[in-house]
Amino acid sequence: MGPEHAITVVGLNHYFGHDEARKQAIWDVNLNIRKGSLTILMGPSGSGKTTLLTLIGCLRDVQEGSVHLLDQELRDAPEAVLVALRRKLGFIFQAHNLHESLTATQNVMMGLQVHGKGNARLQRAASHHMLGLVGLSDRLDYLPGNLSGGQKQRVAVARALVSNPDVIFADEPTAALDKVSGVSIVRMLKQLGQERGTTTVMVTHDNRILELADRIITLEEGRVVSDTSPI
Amino acid sequence: MSRFLTWLFGRLPIGWLQLSHNKTRLAAALAGVAFANLLVFMQLGILGALNNSTVAPYTLIRGDILVSSTEGDTLTDSGNIARTRMFQALGIAGVKSAVPLYIGTLPLSMGDGTSAALLTFGMDTAQPEFAAPWVARELDALNIESTALLDKGSRGVSASVFERLERGEPYAFEINGRTMTAIGTVDVGGGFLADGTLVVSDQTFLRFNPKRSGGAPSHILINVDDGASVQTVKTRLEAALPAESVKVQIMQDAAAADLAFMSTERPTGIIFGFGVLIGIIVGIVIVYQVLSTDVADHLKEYATFKAMGYDQPFFLGIVFEEALVLAIFGFIPGFLASSVLYKALASVTNLPVEMQAGTAILVFFGTLAACTLSGAIATRRLAAADPADLF
Ligand SMILES: Nc1ncnc2c1ncn2[C@@H]1O[C@H](COP(=O)(O)OP(=O)(O)OP(=O)(O)O)[C@@H](O)[C@H]1O
Ligand SMILES: [Mg+2]
Repeated sequence: MGPEHAITVVGLNHYFGHDEARKQAIWDVNLNIRKGSLTILMGPSGSGKTTLLTLIGCLRDVQEGSVHLLDQELRDAPEAVLVALRRKLGFIFQAHNLHESLTATQNVMMGLQVHGKGNARLQRAASHHMLGLVGLSDRLDYLPGNLSGGQKQRVAVARALVSNPDVIFADEPTAALDKVSGVSIVRMLKQLGQERGTTTVMVTHDNRILELADRIITLEEGRVVSDTSPI
Repeated sequence: MSRFLTWLFGRLPIGWLQLSHNKTRLAAALAGVAFANLLVFMQLGILGALNNSTVAPYTLIRGDILVSSTEGDTLTDSGNIARTRMFQALGIAGVKSAVPLYIGTLPLSMGDGTSAALLTFGMDTAQPEFAAPWVARELDALNIESTALLDKGSRGVSASVFERLERGEPYAFEINGRTMTAIGTVDVGGGFLADGTLVVSDQTFLRFNPKRSGGAPSHILINVDDGASVQTVKTRLEAALPAESVKVQIMQDAAAADLAFMSTERPTGIIFGFGVLIGIIVGIVIVYQVLSTDVADHLKEYATFKAMGYDQPFFLGIVFEEALVLAIFGFIPGFLASSVLYKALASVTNLPVEMQAGTAILVFFGTLAACTLSGAIATRRLAAADPADLF
């Protein structure tokens, strides 16, 4: 791996279950992902996209092989190291996973508060700014229950981006949205990522998004079957 | 509220926001905590009254040492002791003076046919040093046959009677067909065993209790010589008097022993102590239910926070914050309702049930502790929040 890479994966295997029920979901995956790029993971359902994403996003323990994320080996890394590393990451989930009892602003503030930097007033101001960037300046104090699906996902994007993460992981962030808002969210993600030099790894089935990618990796049955750079 | 808590905790008050988001659940939880508080307060109030009314009669008398029969349990529920023991005691070095004390229950008959059971103290009017100063002042007057000091806290005696007594007008009533005249008041209060207290001379006591004999008082009160050690005199008395029938106690120890007896060996004390325990358990179960349901309902959010890099102390903080909110906001209505019920109970029963700062503080910290304990149990559910399941 080199300094130009945010993520380096070597000989990665992953298994679910034990004994007879043991099943391999990831087969000998090797990858380098450049800093500041937008990489899209594709593949049929059950091909291991989510499993791979959670492995390199340090949400799942690495069993075999090696994953370097931001110069940190994840295999056998202690929980405290993982917690610290997660604070440099942003996650956007298929379901927005906003906290229903927090307002849009408060949800975004949670992305900052984990770093313990700045007082509540500064965090609130930064969150307002970020919500403005995703076009929600008129929805700052709305609870998620009062926002549309697209608006909620934009709050989730703001929450992931507000702390200026080094890497963003997104798993089908547009699946719950109509085409128009789906594409606009990914465009926004790409633009904000470019401005900040953020590395983005995204799982998607959405063909209209592919043209935005720097690189498209396709998985089948846990193996990388194609790896292209359209641009 | 939320901004204030943000400032207080240095982070968003997730626990508070979560609880207040679901108003119905919050109301139910607070009602539960308030109810548990009410249970505990009522039990403690009655226990307190029981304790008060156990030691209240001691306020009438003075003395260094109490000599009683081993058959008796407490000051007011005593056996009889031979008066000759008093003469024996007077012969012991260090004993300055001694008097017999007669205690019995007399039925006071009202005009309307109802009656009140009065715990009656027959005192030696010639030795005022054995009476509390405020009783001693009236002892001379009690030398007149069939006169008494009537307890202002007596159940079933109308307030107008005491107003008249305060104005110096005697009040005559009937006991066992004889006329007794109250010429003054004492303030002891009703208890669980009697409706009130009556103080009379030993002569009057014996006249109204024809079955009691002057030779067999309930207790013997003893004062020691100035400068003599009460403990030493007690030891001498114990050596001189037969241990199998005579009990020698320092006055303070006797009151403490009565308290211990009433709260651990009498069913009332045990029942109310048990009630406190039930109240605490009810509270813990309710708070645990609420908190663990709340954790379970927010596993997805917690997993998201974990993925964002929040660590275990943060989640424990949320649960304990919720426990704190429930404790504080449940205690307030519980305390207010209990205060009202105390007043009602005291006015209906004339028992000395009252809200005391010490009890309130004790219950508040107990509530905090119970809520924290429930919170601690509920945090076990946090382990189920796995960020790998989010995608
Ligand atoms: N927690 C788990 N326990 C057991 N097997 C699992 C688990 N998660 C995934 N798998 C299995 O691993 C394989 C890869 O699953 P994964 O969720 O990574 O696929 P995917 O490419 O994300 O599919 P989809 O497009 O449906 O989201 C599948 O066969 C799946 O059944
Ligand atoms: Mg998936």
